[in-house]
Amino acid sequence: MYFTMTKIRDFENAITDVYSRGLMPGLAHLYIGEEAIATGVCANITSQDYAVSTHRGHGHLIAQGADLKKMMAEVLGRKTGYCKGKGGSMHIMDISKGILGANGIVGAGIPIATGAAYSAKYRGTEQVTVSFFGDAASNQGTFHESINMAAAWKLPVVYVCENNLFGISVDLRRVTGNPNIAERAIAYGIPGVAVDGNDVLEVYQVTHTAFLRARKGEGPTLIEGKTYRHKGHHVGDPGTAYRLEEEKKAWMERDPIKTFRERLITEKIVNEQEIEDLEKESRKLIEEAVQFAENSPFPEPEEAFEDLFYETEGAEV
Amino acid sequence: MTKMKKVTYAQAICEAMDEEMARDKNVLLLGEDVGFLGGNFKTAVGLREKYGDLRVKDTPISENSFLGMSLGMALTGLRPIVEIMFSDFLLIAADQLLNQIAKIRYMSGGQVRVPLTIRTTIGAGRSSAAQHSQSLHAIMCHVPGLKVVVPSSAAEAKGLLKTAIREDNPVVFIEHKMEYNHEYEIPEGEYTIPFGKANILREGRDITVVGTSNLALKAVKVADELAKEGIEVEVIDPRTLVPLDRDTIINSVKKTGRILITDEGYERCNIAAEIVMDVMPEVFYYLDVPPERLCLPNVPLPFSPALEFPLIPDQEKLYQKIKKMFKG
Repeated sequence: MYFTMTKIRDFENAITDVYSRGLMPGLAHLYIGEEAIATGVCANITSQDYAVSTHRGHGHLIAQGADLKKMMAEVLGRKTGYCKGKGGSMHIMDISKGILGANGIVGAGIPIATGAAYSAKYRGTEQVTVSFFGDAASNQGTFHESINMAAAWKLPVVYVCENNLFGISVDLRRVTGNPNIAERAIAYGIPGVAVDGNDVLEVYQVTHTAFLRARKGEGPTLIEGKTYRHKGHHVGDPGTAYRLEEEKKAWMERDPIKTFRERLITEKIVNEQEIEDLEKESRKLIEEAVQFAENSPFPEPEEAFEDLFYETEGAEV
Repeated sequence: MTKMKKVTYAQAICEAMDEEMARDKNVLLLGEDVGFLGGNFKTAVGLREKYGDLRVKDTPISENSFLGMSLGMALTGLRPIVEIMFSDFLLIAADQLLNQIAKIRYMSGGQVRVPLTIRTTIGAGRSSAAQHSQSLHAIMCHVPGLKVVVPSSAAEAKGLLKTAIREDNPVVFIEHKMEYNHEYEIPEGEYTIPFGKANILREGRDITVVGTSNLALKAVKVADELAKEGIEVEVIDPRTLVPLDRDTIINSVKKTGRILITDEGYERCNIAAEIVMDVMPEVFYYLDVPPERLCLPNVPLPFSPALEFPLIPDQEKLYQKIKKMFKG
């Protein structure tokens, strides 16, 4: 799990780097500070399961085992990217791995995940679907509508709210009567659990219980991981004006990677050398991904007319 | 000759779904009142009893989310049919329809297929006022990524719906709610009708009338009247608006020199304008008179029949509009 967390952090740092070098078109939303949630949740996922991600999705994708090279190539708009340059950071998908896609619309992935869970139930499989979303998405209608249906029909889905306190600049506490998202589960008659989203082991444990419940046909669970977005809303956004300096400092000190590293060493699970080797390996993989992306060609303009409909490729717009 | 039988338009829809559900266990139906009630317009009578509650699912009134769920189903091996009771209600689900369903294949670089049929209704004339009477199919045509079907008769509806359900792309299937109780002759047994092939309902040399949905049938009746006055109308049912069979319309207009398009959507940004513009570069020098359209005037639909009916395109208005194109 530590390796996954460092890969996510290194990938996002590399995004900042390619962005500042002018290599990245558009924007990307960084997951720095929230790595423990994707990692702890996805450690429960098997190759058969599904997950639906968000606009801040790199962490979820990496934790699900997405190909780092194809991810980076997509972010740089290259032909070799996951979506052949048509999706970019916000729409990366790998259907072969059950990664049903990041999404540019806040809250839109929640019903899609719920439908995948319905599908698993309908087909009689043991597949579980994870629905990742942020605190801001919990104020969309799709949050209420989808969880209500999943609860009514006992669907095998785990709802994971990453509460990083901010929807762009808006503090959740300024726009929400009860900012404890997990407590909303009571209204749907399902378990709701708030966890320290910066503690990867706690996230893993809670998700494990939710997965067992889902696989047994007992229905959904709502997990709220309380965490903090270290950077601005997107790469290039300083994200300073709307934060409380003291709160930020307290969260930064509880960096999920730093604290997990200390714990692994203190509890003698790994030694300093082993952990440095992992970190080196992570940096190497990300460097290779960046190199692959930079050396990849851009798509040809006529490729914009492909992939709209199945069968009638390019024939109709 | 094909053996025919009499059914209502609603029964034809139900038969299409029943046959496809029997044929493929991955086909399922969800929507408001489709289960216990058998559909608000009786298009799913008996299906829940036959296929069970999991396969014919009554949903809560959460259009955006149950439509979004159907996308999740379509991505994971199922072939859902979703009923949205009125096209007016599709606006509640506009994000899932236009931002997600229409685009997910494209955004993913072609990784996925989306075998999903969205059935909905159009049409005024039931004193249902401004939020239950609209014909909003032009909006579905505007955004790339959806196929849009506007069947005319019951026989057409059945064959086209079966094609829609077998299609590996998202299809918006537009039913006309004033047709549900009308009886029609349809062929016995299984048949499908391909997308993108218009149907010439009546041949004629003097004017081409393209009518969407049940206006194609109304145009045939008007054509019968006008034939008595020596005007031979060619009536084209486009069947699908995306994809549109341009060639059939172009060839017809080259022959007749006149084109009128009739559609029950609002006149502004109506599909009629799109069809005319689409064929114009090919037919401009063949035209004897400017193109015309007969659509709904640009006002919301009012409640009182005294206000509503004068607005709806019908046989009388179509007759007058065509006659005008032969004056002077």
